[in-house]
Order: sequence, then structure tokens, then C-alpha cells
Amino acid sequence: METKITKEEIIHVANLAHLQMEDASIDKFAEQIGIILKYFDTLNRVDTEGVKPTSHAIFLTNAFRDDEEKKHLNREEAMAGAPEKEEGYFLVPKVIG
Amino acid sequence: MEFEPVIGLEVHAQLKTNTKIFCNCPTAFGAPPNTHVCPVCLGMPGVLPVLNKKVVEFAVRMAIATNCQVAGESRWARKNYFYPDLPKGYQISQYELPIAQNGYIDIETDIWKQRVGITRIHMEEDAGKLIHDPARACSMVDFNRAGVPLIEIVSEPDIRSPEEAGAYLRQLRAILRYLNICDGNMEEGSFRCDANVSIRRKREQAFGTRTELKNLNSFKHVEKGLYYEIHRQKEVLMDGGQIIQETRLWDPDKDRTASMRGKEEAHDYRYFPDPDLLPLVISQEWIADIKNDLPELPEAKKARFKNEYGLPSYDAELLTSARELADYFEACVSFFPAPKQVSNWIMGSLLGLLNAEGKTIEQSPISAENFAGLLKLIQEGVISGKIAKTVFEEMAKTGKPPRMIVEEKGLVQVTDVSAIEGIISEVISENAKQVEDYKNGKTKLLGFFMGQVMQKTKGKANPKIVNQVLREKLGG
Repeated sequence: METKITKEEIIHVANLAHLQMEDASIDKFAEQIGIILKYFDTLNRVDTEGVKPTSHAIFLTNAFRDDEEKKHLNREEAMAGAPEKEEGYFLVPKVIG
Repeated sequence: MEFEPVIGLEVHAQLKTNTKIFCNCPTAFGAPPNTHVCPVCLGMPGVLPVLNKKVVEFAVRMAIATNCQVAGESRWARKNYFYPDLPKGYQISQYELPIAQNGYIDIETDIWKQRVGITRIHMEEDAGKLIHDPARACSMVDFNRAGVPLIEIVSEPDIRSPEEAGAYLRQLRAILRYLNICDGNMEEGSFRCDANVSIRRKREQAFGTRTELKNLNSFKHVEKGLYYEIHRQKEVLMDGGQIIQETRLWDPDKDRTASMRGKEEAHDYRYFPDPDLLPLVISQEWIADIKNDLPELPEAKKARFKNEYGLPSYDAELLTSARELADYFEACVSFFPAPKQVSNWIMGSLLGLLNAEGKTIEQSPISAENFAGLLKLIQEGVISGKIAKTVFEEMAKTGKPPRMIVEEKGLVQVTDVSAIEGIISEVISENAKQVEDYKNGKTKLLGFFMGQVMQKTKGKANPKIVNQVLREKLGG
């Protein structure tokens, strides 16, 4: 079967999404995602000449709020779910240097 | 081989709104960590961002001020990447349809005049702040800044030297501050700059491979970083090497740039329209309203200062570098309509004082009215220019009106000829030796006699009259 997506692309996308994958599943995902992508070929056959791209499914624009301060969370509430914290900061594994 | 640098700048300006771009949390700088946060800016599941109208208004102000076309319809996009300062795993930004495109600003200095194109301006949210613990394998995250509104202003690659880059940035910052939409503080990070740099042989059309410089967090670092990077690229090419497209970090301690990440690690952001946010439609009426409310901008004000007040370029440039300073100057002139004299005293004395004390013009201890009052006293002959310096220093210390200081300290200039004659007679009789020397041709001693008279009058004698009477009395 003609594949729509290469193994390398599967690995790249998995990396971007921070997903770990066993080697054995790469082929399986390539095939499954390939089937999804193939469906877009069907959509691509529709003549969309002169039709603007759709970015939103509803026909509304401009929902604004005024620049007024309102109640926000206190620190205890904000950090209640944090696995690690210290002196009001969230702690995360070191990212650089 | 002669090379020419090609530079384009990306500026992030934090907008001075009260609240964040998509939630009601305050934006104030310097609060204790994680105290200006809510479910929206923390990226909790199920929340809905709602756009702050003021952000749009501010962005449109900048768009008009930089001669951009404002988009009738623009859209929000998600820029996807993982970093601990980004709670949602994506940044809400604009991609395909930014709020403004195709503008320019004109930069004029004494040496050159130049137009720099603005490719685009878009709105986005700021990320949180990371503090890296040097001793441990962890970083600390503060989300107070997450969701603070930014506009990113992207220039065309029209800049050809570090000095031009500096001039462009100063002009951009002046405009933002005139518009009162960003405080332009590079050290605090409310005005940030990344630079794209490449070099090419003179008269060549094609661009060379570029690098992106980050961490340029002062005007000085921008210019130094660019100098270093241009020089580095020249050396690589002269040695027969090739420039690698990469992001480089300016290290201000070591005065050099170092590779941060190469293209192969470059992000793939997978932008797509944010389904949580509706398209933004800006009507012509709204644009016209914003335009009508715009203040006079730096370039226009500078031109007006030259025409209306007859000031030289240098004075006009300096006085219009900040709106508050220009306002101060104009207030002074309204009290004392001698623009060049006002300009001289502001540039010579007032700015020196403010610099020395690390103050801005809004914090000036001397009001415009009092400042003008001082110049009036000189003009009326009440005090000499020299005494004026003393009065000025006293005004700086106490903030009192100059006339009050002059009266309290008894600094009124002595212009009474007979009083001055009396003092001169004293000086002559006390310094017989010098008088004789003077009469024998040592006319340089006139300064000595002047000094003696000034000492006796504590500097209050009108120098013109003293000079005249001295010459008469000493004969010669």
C-alpha cells in the first residue's frame, strides 16, 4: 500500500509532541495516520475555487472585554496542583545550562 | 574584499494595559511570584480566553504611527512548542493574518536620513519567567508575566550598520512612548530586540546566510552584539568558511556571541487558527477614531520645533527624544518666549542635573514655570548669568521659585554705578602694586581686579559695569 507518511515523519511528529514510541508501533501509526491523510485526498477533490479558507466554524467576530482588573487566584489556589514548588515558584527540571 | 551587513530587527514591546491580553489579571511589574495569575493565564483545562479591547487599540495606534496598513480582518493562531514558561504548550499569537503590515519609519540624524520598512506588526501573549538555579538541577517558574500583551514589530532587512540599528530602535521606542502604549524599558524587558544579521559583498543583490542574535537587552548590547557578529561572519567568510544558519546568544560578560541552537534543531511551530478566539474585525470608523486621538509623533514634533522655534537640528532632536521633555520645553517657552535660550539652559544645566541624579524630566525638582522665571531674572538684569547658576542649584535643592531664592539670599545684582565705584576704589587702594604693574602694561591684571570686586560683592556686581568702571579708574 502506498504510504502517505514516512517513518521519519512519524518520529518527527512524535518528538514535537514529546511522545515516546516503541519501534514496533511506528509502522502501525504510519499506516493509521496514512489512512486519515488519504481521506483528505477525497476532500481535496472538492472544487474550492473562490472560496475563502475557513478558520472558524461559527460566524461571529469580535468578542472583547474591557481592560479592568478583576479577581484572580491567590497563590495557594494557583499552585494547589503543582507537584513541586518552593518560595512561591513552580519547580521544574532544569531547562538550560 | 568589502562586505556590507544586512540587518533586520524583531522588537517585542510590552503594552501598558492594566490587565493581561486574554484575562483580567493585572500586568504590574515586580509583584511576588505567581500572584497575578488565574486559570486562563495558567492554561488550566476548559478556560476560554477573551480579548482585551485595549490591546487592539494600542496595536492599531502603533500600526498607524508606523504607516502600516491595518488589516480589516485578522486572526489568532497557536504557536506550538514545549517550554516550562509556556503553561498551555502553545503561545497565542498571530501568523497568517497579522493586525498590520507594510509600514515604515523615517530615521533622521545629523549624518543620514533613512527609511526602514516595517514588514508586520502582530499581537501576542508574553510567556512566564524562568529562573535557573545554578546549584541544582531545577528551574523556578513565575507566571505573572504569562499573558501580558506584546506587539512584535518586524522590520525589513533595510538596516546596514549597528549605528543604524541603534537609531531605528531609539526611534521605535520614542514612538511607543509618545503613543503611551509601552514604557520602553530594555533592562526590565518591556522593550526587547532580536536581530537577524548577514553579510554580503558590496553591490551584491542576494542576501547571505543569516544568524539570529538574542539576549540584546540594552541599546549598548545591540550595537556591540551586532559589531561582534558582523566581524565574526567576515572572518568566517575570509577564511573560506560558510555561515551556518543558527540562533546565537550575545554574552555581555565575554563580549561575544555563541551558538544556541542550529537550524536542524529549529522549531516546527505547527501554527493553526486558535478555535477559542474569534476573528478580529476592525472597522474603518474604529481606525479613524484611533487616528484622531493620536498625539503628535517625534518626527513631526522635531520638524515643528525647527520651524516654529528656529531651533537647530541637534536641539530639536534632543528635546523631542521624549514627549515629556518636549512638553517641558514648550511650557518653559510659553512663560519665557526665547526658545534657543530655553533650549540651551535645558540641555546645558537641567539635563545635566537630572542625569547626575538619575531622574527623568517628570521628576524634575524645578517646575517649567520656575525654570522660565530664572531666565527672566537674567534677562531683566536682576541677576547675572553666573549668579543664575547658584540660584539654579538652590532651586534644584529646594524647588523654590527663583525670585524667592534671590531675595532670601540677597543675590540681587548690584547695578548701582556709584556703589560699584566705591568698591573699586577700595580694591585700587588695597592693591597698589598691581595697579602700578597694570599701568606699566600688564593689562592681563584686569581679570585680577574683576575677581577682587566680585569677591567683595559675592559675585553680585554687574560684570559689564565693573569692567567699564575698572578701565576708567585704572586709566592705563
